[in-house]
Amino acid sequence: MCLAVPAKIIKINGDKAQADFGGILREVNVALVDAKVGEYVLVHAGYAIQTLSRKEAEETLRLWKEILDGEDQS
Amino acid sequence: MIEEMRLRDAALAKRVAEKIRKIASSKGIVKICHVCGTHEWTITHYGIRSLLPESVEVIAGPGCPVCIVPAYEIDEAIKLALDGVTITCFGDLLRVPGSKMSLLDAKAEGADVRVVYSVADAIKMARKEREKEFVFFAIGFETTAPSTAVEILKGPPENMSFLISHRLIPPAMKALVEMEDLSLNGFIAPGHVSTVIGMKPYEVFPRDYGMPTVIAGFEPLDILFAIYMVLKQLRKGKPRLENEYVRAVLPEGNVRAQRLMRKVFKAEDGRWRGLQIIPESVLTLRDKYKKYDSRQKYDLHVRRGVDIRPGCRCHLVIIGKIKPTECPLFMKACTPHRPVGPCMVSMEGTCRIWAGSAQPINERA
Repeated sequence: MCLAVPAKIIKINGDKAQADFGGILREVNVALVDAKVGEYVLVHAGYAIQTLSRKEAEETLRLWKEILDGEDQS
Repeated sequence: MIEEMRLRDAALAKRVAEKIRKIASSKGIVKICHVCGTHEWTITHYGIRSLLPESVEVIAGPGCPVCIVPAYEIDEAIKLALDGVTITCFGDLLRVPGSKMSLLDAKAEGADVRVVYSVADAIKMARKEREKEFVFFAIGFETTAPSTAVEILKGPPENMSFLISHRLIPPAMKALVEMEDLSLNGFIAPGHVSTVIGMKPYEVFPRDYGMPTVIAGFEPLDILFAIYMVLKQLRKGKPRLENEYVRAVLPEGNVRAQRLMRKVFKAEDGRWRGLQIIPESVLTLRDKYKKYDSRQKYDLHVRRGVDIRPGCRCHLVIIGKIKPTECPLFMKACTPHRPVGPCMVSMEGTCRIWAGSAQPINERA
């Protein structure tokens, strides 16, 4: 239920969007987010609840590195 | 890019596990509680517990939205179904035992109970079959409640109403931390609930309860890092709120989803299955939208149910007080095929997750 799956927005028509879940296309409601075609969203029970970006994924790697390196120095 | 989002790296995981072992205190047990069924799935599925030293325990709190629906609310849905109303619900709710039977049992008796992927599917059915009365059994935490709000604001068809059973996570975390006999030392906060509510609702835990709190994602590395971050805070003696899931959780959360939720719902005190009443933890429809409330529409007055059957320990598993393997019924009288308690039903229930996994995976190496 709190599972959310990333998907790529292919087409948007009002609140409804066509999204690609790694090859499987499904209709997704985008009323809760500002998503554009080509962007990635987190989908929970048919509704996109947040947009995702490559920048933020890279941010995770940076954060992890910082946590580990910070400890090495302390 | 979906593959990239997985962020898997075995060597890095080993490095973090090693750091955890180094930083873990040799005195006493540190108990870190998460409150999300999907976190429990990741922890069990990837054998995270087997990587932890004996002094670090990760326990599962009430993070399964199906498990914590009180039996009387299942009974309400069953009553409506047996009276001829079409009940639409998420699949994992179907087999959850009510006081006497489950929705699946009601279906076997001829009731019209249908599984939907989303509330939108339920609305579609109601529009198509105007001669029938439809109810959407709206369960779930802050991740799911906004979608119900979206559809209610759009104005559902007249033959559609909602059995609202949404519940909120931070009030439940507060209830946990106030249970003295649980003696928790830190929280791993649920990533997807947090994409909606943001960071603010958790500020109270480090500030008022001295609990390190880390919002985490769902990859094995996310969990390992979150555990490490909690331990680091404990060692420094400076509890604070941190966000490990930066790729999905903004500090302010999803403001639009919060606004829609506030518009449609208000929080009231309410019961969680196996737990007592938790203040301001249950969503109900505001007066303006009461016409969509199934309880009002069908004059429902079910207020008592059998949450826990004799022998079942779900009430203790739900708060992480015992492990599933400490319940005498686990994988004996209670199995995924014939669940006795709610924790054995949903893929997010702690017992169901442990049952589906090789059990030694949750033991230390």
